Amino acid sequence: MYKTFAALAAATALTATAAFAQDLPKEVKARQGQFQIMAINLGILGGIAKGAIEYDAATAQAAADSLVGISMVNPAPLWVEGTDEMSIEGTRAKAEIWDNLDDVVAKWNAFGEAAKVMQAAAGEGPEAIGPALGTIGGTCKACHDAYRAPQS
Amino acid sequence: MLRRVLIALVLAALIGAGIGLWVTAPSRVDAARLAGLTGDTTRGQAVFTAAGCASCHHAPGSDDKLVLAGGQAFASDFGTFYAPNISPSQAGLQGWSQADFANAVLRGVSPSGKHYYPAFPYTAYARMTDQDLVDLWAYMQGLPADDTASQAHDVGFPFNIRRSVGGWKFLFFTTEGWVAEAPTPELERGRYLVEALAHCAECHTPRNALGALDTARWMAGAPNPSGRGTIPALTPDQLDWSAQDIAYYLETGFTPEFDSAGGHMVAVVDNFSKLPAGDRAAVAAYVKALSAP
Ligand code: HEC
Ligand code: HEC
Ligand code: HEC
Repeated sequence: MYKTFAALAAATALTATAAFAQDLPKEVKARQGQFQIMAINLGILGGIAKGAIEYDAATAQAAADSLVGISMVNPAPLWVEGTDEMSIEGTRAKAEIWDNLDDVVAKWNAFGEAAKVMQAAAGEGPEAIGPALGTIGGTCKACHDAYRAPQS
Repeated sequence: MLRRVLIALVLAALIGAGIGLWVTAPSRVDAARLAGLTGDTTRGQAVFTAAGCASCHHAPGSDDKLVLAGGQAFASDFGTFYAPNISPSQAGLQGWSQADFANAVLRGVSPSGKHYYPAFPYTAYARMTDQDLVDLWAYMQGLPADDTASQAHDVGFPFNIRRSVGGWKFLFFTTEGWVAEAPTPELERGRYLVEALAHCAECHTPRNALGALDTARWMAGAPNPSGRGTIPALTPDQLDWSAQDIAYYLETGFTPEFDSAGGHMVAVVDNFSKLPAGDRAAVAAYVKALSAP
């Protein structure tokens, strides 16, 4: 009996999340997915820097190229008014973004510049990746520091 | 709201009971303790970095984190506190003796004998070694001077009476003793960094109704003091990162999934990225040794 109840609760929880993800505006899903693509590619480069993944020039280059590619997506259309964490559930975007859009774009461009540094370094061997990774990480932190809310 | 009223009542009672009593009188560091120690600015810089003094005392929005002009606001249940100017200027610490500095950092007592609010985490710094304190003072006197005046705090009755902090200290402030066991030298170093200098618990541990850290739920995560959201737990029931993952996060801000740190943790990462790898490993070992609440 208890088990059935637990299973039922789990199933409800699952549907709830699914419904919830579908309810998010497409721009929010798009920007979150875009950040996930960044994290996945950084994971490849970071794995190499940490020594957990064996270095392969082509793989490293593809990851770095992907970061540069994403950095060229115009961020403005993804930051739609009313999609901050005070207005809707399921986002950690701070309302301050909309008071400082120029600065948000500048911070995004800083990420783009750092991604280019990585693009130049990725083919040079595993030792070149660590410092470039540090540069990129600085640009992620700078934006999350100012514009991403803590977990709720 | 009800909670605030209750707290106010309890504190008012404490002040009433405490005025004129030794419980609310400031206790000072015995000056003889520091005699014979000479400060080293290089070591002082490392203490300064690990203790995160600049994270709170640099001017808001300024890129030069070494100009300790103050002005950042810290929200709490009791009102908003503003970090004062602690640069070596007229508006800051010019004219302070080493003993004045020791009383402020190790005891939360001002040169004129007033209590500081625990928004200044002397509750952790009280465990700093005398040598570290002296090194820190030597380093800070060489930082740039700035003339920005310190701002008054925005706190209501009864918290605006500094004497009431004496009652709070009587109940909650201890100058020695540790929360975690540290059976190895590495854990001991980690504990010193976490519990004395880097004051990780100030953010990661929940507080009781009177704003004191709940040591029974040490590092078990806490509401964000500035309102929305939570600060994550570091206890093993919640955080399953390896020690290497934690040390790497402190160095780079990258989580194991290569998400990147945000909010107040960014300043902590910026500081720890400048410390020796051994210190990051020691903190990671400490975090891994925490027990679930
Ligand atoms: C211009 C600002 C900005 C930059 C630069 C930035 N981020 Fe973010 N990031 C955000 C914001 C804002 C959110 C919250 C988005 C939301 O929840 O709607 C976020 C969310 C994320 C998420 C979670 C996405 C999800 O599934 O909810 C990850 C992962 C992430 N960022 C990784 C990174 C990494 C890695 C970098 C650097 C390579 C980076 N970000 C650079 C602003 C930024
Ligand atoms: C979490 C933020 C925070 C950190 C970290 C912090 N302080 Fe402060 N500090 C404050 C606040 C807030 C006050 C004001 C306390 C009061 O007025 O009661 C203060 C007050 C002081 C004062 C008293 C200044 C005066 O004008 O009387 C000194 C000295 C000081 N801090 C030094 C330091 C040093 C040294 C460090 C690092 C070891 C440090 N602080 C770290 C927030 C902080
Ligand atoms: C000023 C407040 C503050 C202090 C001090 C602080 N932290 Fe944090 N910490 C945070 C916040 C806020 C986050 C969430 C970061 C985010 O949203 O990306 C965090 C996140 C973390 C995480 C990641 C946890 C997770 O599940 O993502 C670790 C690990 C961590 N902190 C360890 C430490 C250690 C170790 C110290 C002391 C050396 C420390 N923190 C000091 C505020 C703080």
